[in-house]
Amino acid sequence: MNDFPRWKYVVVVVVLLLGILYGVPNLFPQQPSVQISANRGATVDQALKEKAQGVLEKDKIPFERIDLSGEHVVVRFNGADDQNKASDALRTELGDSYIVALNLASTVPTWMRAIGANAMPLGLDLRGGVHFLMQVDDKDVMEKQLQRYADDIRTALRDKNIRYTSVGRGGNGLVVTLKSADDRDAALTAIQAKLPDITIAAGQTVGDAYTLNASVKDTRIKEIAQNTIRQNVATLRNRINALGVAEPLIQQQGDTRIVVELAGVQDPGEAKKILGTIATLEYHAVDESVTNPYEAEKTGVVPPDSRLYHRRERGADGKPVPIVLKKKIIVSGDEMVDASSAPDPQSGTPAVSVVLNAAGGRKMLDFTTQNVGKPMAVVYIERTPETKIIDGKEVRSAKVTEEVINSATIRGVFSNRFQTTGLGSNKEASDLALLLRSGSLAAPIDIVEERVIGPSMGQDNIAKGIKAVILGLAAVLVFMAFYYWLFGLIADVALFFNLVLLLAIMSAIGVTLTMPGIAGIVLTLGMAIDANVLICERVREELRNGSTPLAAIRAGYDKAWATILDANVTHLLAALALMTLGSGPIRGFGVTLFIGILTSMFTSVTVTHAITNIVHGGRKLKGLYVGGGYARGAA
Amino acid sequence: MELFPSNSKIDFLGWRKVSIVVSIILMIVSLALITTRGLNYALDFTGGVLVEASYEQPVEIAQVREALEKGGFENALVQTLGGTREVSIRLQASSDAKQLDQVAANVLAALKAARPDVTMKRSEAVGPQVGEELKGDGMIAVIFVIIGIMIYIGIRFEKRFAIAAIASEFHDTILTVGFFALTQREFDLTVLASVLAVVGYSINDKVVVFDRVRELFRTSRKADSYEVLNRAINQTLSRTIMTSLTTALSMFALYFFGGPAVHGFALTMLIGIVIGTLSSIFFANPILYWLGVSKKDLMPVSKENPELARRP
Repeated sequence: MNDFPRWKYVVVVVVLLLGILYGVPNLFPQQPSVQISANRGATVDQALKEKAQGVLEKDKIPFERIDLSGEHVVVRFNGADDQNKASDALRTELGDSYIVALNLASTVPTWMRAIGANAMPLGLDLRGGVHFLMQVDDKDVMEKQLQRYADDIRTALRDKNIRYTSVGRGGNGLVVTLKSADDRDAALTAIQAKLPDITIAAGQTVGDAYTLNASVKDTRIKEIAQNTIRQNVATLRNRINALGVAEPLIQQQGDTRIVVELAGVQDPGEAKKILGTIATLEYHAVDESVTNPYEAEKTGVVPPDSRLYHRRERGADGKPVPIVLKKKIIVSGDEMVDASSAPDPQSGTPAVSVVLNAAGGRKMLDFTTQNVGKPMAVVYIERTPETKIIDGKEVRSAKVTEEVINSATIRGVFSNRFQTTGLGSNKEASDLALLLRSGSLAAPIDIVEERVIGPSMGQDNIAKGIKAVILGLAAVLVFMAFYYWLFGLIADVALFFNLVLLLAIMSAIGVTLTMPGIAGIVLTLGMAIDANVLICERVREELRNGSTPLAAIRAGYDKAWATILDANVTHLLAALALMTLGSGPIRGFGVTLFIGILTSMFTSVTVTHAITNIVHGGRKLKGLYVGGGYARGAA
Repeated sequence: MELFPSNSKIDFLGWRKVSIVVSIILMIVSLALITTRGLNYALDFTGGVLVEASYEQPVEIAQVREALEKGGFENALVQTLGGTREVSIRLQASSDAKQLDQVAANVLAALKAARPDVTMKRSEAVGPQVGEELKGDGMIAVIFVIIGIMIYIGIRFEKRFAIAAIASEFHDTILTVGFFALTQREFDLTVLASVLAVVGYSINDKVVVFDRVRELFRTSRKADSYEVLNRAINQTLSRTIMTSLTTALSMFALYFFGGPAVHGFALTMLIGIVIGTLSSIFFANPILYWLGVSKKDLMPVSKENPELARRP
């Protein structure tokens, strides 16, 4: 029997072995662990590992292993009790410079992880945690942009000596009112030339008020909206680090939404507080009368009109670098309208260009006129609202963090547009631009969806899901063996490998396992056997029509294949739609179904064919054990 | 063992008038139910707040309700979650989206004030707008699937097969959703996913029968469409029922052991399997017959090139 070439056996064996290799990691239990990572510039190194080990030994908290892996130090424990005790101890000892998070560490051997064989990550419904869907309200940001364009229009008109009555908000954009038709035409040309982002057209004329209607172009609006959400995602990521969550998920969804998933967090309150933080910016002059800020830090003595701040960067001692700034604010974040990183056109070095509004521009002009050659610094301020209950009363306060994110020398007189150069790299420039925007163009965020899944619920779901998969599989296995005898048993082997392959592929590409995903696995098990039913029924039919056993097998596989292909392609289409159009649970289910259909085509057809040939090949057959009274087959 | 006689010659098409009329009546009833009674949309679609709490000691619904009223939640819907220690509490979405995320915490606080042995298992708070969008996305997904399948079948088979398949898809989807309107069982995102899975399952079933129809048309010399369609159904009957049994078996396992999170999913699939199997036999093929499918529509396109034939 040679209709099954040797290379196909090789393919089957190789794929099944790979399937086992990549599926097996899911059998390794996860271990309670504490993950330590750096916060704001601190370093994770051997010294940190030794320090953490010291803390645990001092407090006599038993741990299984402590490793330095990449950007984290991971400590493994034998129980959740030790894990909790250790995280409390480490948090107090290591302080704010490090993030100490509870996690579940994989016990998959290192060599397996090295080849990418990992267990599937579990979704929130299986491990517990909080899920937020947040809506970014970019109305304020848009409003600010319109104000900026109004300023720009005024400047453009003044530059051309065109007299105007007013420039203000109206309709969906801005309305410019002028005194004559000539002025209007001149203004139209001037604005068009100066502001390419704006669409402008003549509007109504009432009495001697000649108007122009201006609106921001759609492409620019889209750009602003996109920047707003991107910057929110980035700031959220920074802040959530402070929560001590091991693997937070922060993702943009659609045009205005952000998904945040925090596994293991049970109290959404703390998380919401951090997410609700408001950021702002202030420009201050650097107090040059203080020559040694370290001295000032030590003694606490600073001039009365100045204050001691700290830079975001850390010095040689691992602590933030102190800097003394004048108390007077030159310009604040709400006067800034844009900040973007782009190489300096003259030198090509990384730079950040900043745009202020008219009011901010005037203040900046006043300041820079008198202070060329002197340094100026930007302070980034975050206020986290806190509500504490003191003596039964709610007391609202705010936790304020201030950091100097940049300090640069004023090279010339400027007003509302200027550049910050001398930055180390493009990355540094884009980080600075991001911080500047976060502090000036922060958009309010509303939580539009919140899900909290308790840890016991997650455990419960996993247990039930595994039970359903095993029992569903068992039911189908028994039924098939009972109905199709030997062919049923062969199909059973294939079905089992289908489950292994499905899990292996999901693990290898890192699909997050959720409850709907488990439902998809169970459904796949029930439906994947369809191909074998088709084959078995075909083989029976061929026998009935008088074919010899071997010819029946060959014809059975051949004829069933066309049907299997058509049926599966239509099914794949359905799964594809679920995958691409659905969100959340629908997506997880669609992905599982899609992979399941693909693996089932391989196992149900190729794998069973290989086994069938091994069993039946090279023997003289009197009949086939395909059930239904065909044991003897055609004589 | 054999469940079905291999030489069955049941005249399924002979019942076509009855079966189509029954199908159409069921569709009309389902549509009427969906439009008049509507679906009992879950939080995913309506927005609102859901809290699932568990008590250490048995608790009565009245007790929970009283605790909620004291806490200022008067229109809460309280249900037990199988057993006497777990309850689910549902609240309509408030118009003020900003307050949404506070509600779940306040509900728990109200429960705790009455009985300290309560712990939260799970909570959800969904803004009304999010739900509306999901409903829209779900509809688009269903339509996209149906059109995609129609195109594929149109290409692989013939347009009449595509029409019959799509008619059956609508039939199956409407009946399945109609069941949810009838029983007022909760219709959530997972159920929507399984409605789409029903579409996939059912099309799988139809394609197998269609495939046999095509094969029989191509191989038999005298191809009377009435006889061919009947033979195709009979010859695939065993497979149709076997596959629905294996799929149903796995879904029973999911229904009984998978827990409440996948109840709706498994139930929808079970109903869809029954509807899809029946419609393969009694709905899709009669339509195919009426559309007048014939042997010449299905013969492989002649390889002879007319251009070549004309050459000397």
